[in-house]
Amino acid sequence: MSLQPPTSPFVPFSPNPALQPGTPSSTTPLSIAQKPPPVSSASLRYASTRRSIYDRNLNRTQRAELSKASFAFLFGEMIQYAQKRVSGIQDLEKKLNIQGYSIGQRLLELLLFREGRSAKRETRILGILQFIAQTVYRHLFNKPADGLERSHDKDDEYMLIDHEPVVNTYISVPKEISLLNCAAFVAGIIEAVLDGSLFPARVTAHSTPTDQYPGRTVYLIKFEESVLEREAMLAGGKP
Amino acid sequence: MVILSVMILNKAGGLIYQRDFHEGLHKLSSNDFLVLAGTFHGVHAITSRISPVHGSGGLEVLESENFRMQCFQTLTGTKFLIFAEPHQPNIDVICRRVYELYADYVMKNPFYQIEMPIRCEAFDRHLMAYLKPKQ
Repeated sequence: MSLQPPTSPFVPFSPNPALQPGTPSSTTPLSIAQKPPPVSSASLRYASTRRSIYDRNLNRTQRAELSKASFAFLFGEMIQYAQKRVSGIQDLEKKLNIQGYSIGQRLLELLLFREGRSAKRETRILGILQFIAQTVYRHLFNKPADGLERSHDKDDEYMLIDHEPVVNTYISVPKEISLLNCAAFVAGIIEAVLDGSLFPARVTAHSTPTDQYPGRTVYLIKFEESVLEREAMLAGGKP
Repeated sequence: MVILSVMILNKAGGLIYQRDFHEGLHKLSSNDFLVLAGTFHGVHAITSRISPVHGSGGLEVLESENFRMQCFQTLTGTKFLIFAEPHQPNIDVICRRVYELYADYVMKNPFYQIEMPIRCEAFDRHLMAYLKPKQ
């Protein structure tokens, strides 16, 4: 994919850049009689204080909570949007994964920023997985992950377990596409956090229902070889 | 509490959900259930028109020797029919709770098509847990 130069000047949150005062334009200035109609208040996207979310301190919304119902509707729309543009289950999971990925990239940055001076760059696999299961999970869902396991037969695979993913609370997947797990979105977030910490990995979400937890989901984390090589080197360097 | 059966009708009078919660009920074929739902929809419309009181919402309760049927109509025209034992108390609370479960597990499910039969496993599960708690 090649990067394309932006075709329009980037003016955040301005529905009609030409109407912004002070924006230089090549057209002749309008006469006073032809004043542009005043922008109605409905089209303004700023709050009355003219302060957007970007003006706030990054630490201020730390303990903020948002409505689960509105998230459920938004997430539902995201799934329906993605579903219209894909041909199969794997495609759909990939789309959700990509949507989560861009969130994870920003989230890692934000969480490390908020940790302040105590923030440290994880270099060991266990360290980064703990960071995800504790810090990232607490921030996203207000609870730690329900389990962290290492695969029995494969060294490069780890499993992060969630008994009831918040994103799947209201979702029932139809029988004909029962392989789909919409927590692929969360898997994308985890993947981005791992990638951003230089632990390149593939993360996928799998449903493993039990009687007690019908929505139980396992995030399968498969690290790249380079990660394991480095891990072996770091482990060997210790007495 | 003893709830015998729950039915949900869409705003056109089509049956979109039916489930029994009690043993030993008279078994109807799915076609009969559809006819029952359509008939009730018509009766409900008639009762709201012939009511002597202005602005009546239509039939709400139907009582018989063996059961009591409560109809709860939402603002959008979806109807919840709850069949319970004759002296079941707080049936309006049960109606609201079933409506709440419907709003959560059916309407927030991205795979549910509106006005179509409800096939949501999470809705089934939670409705069962609410109406038929394990003894």
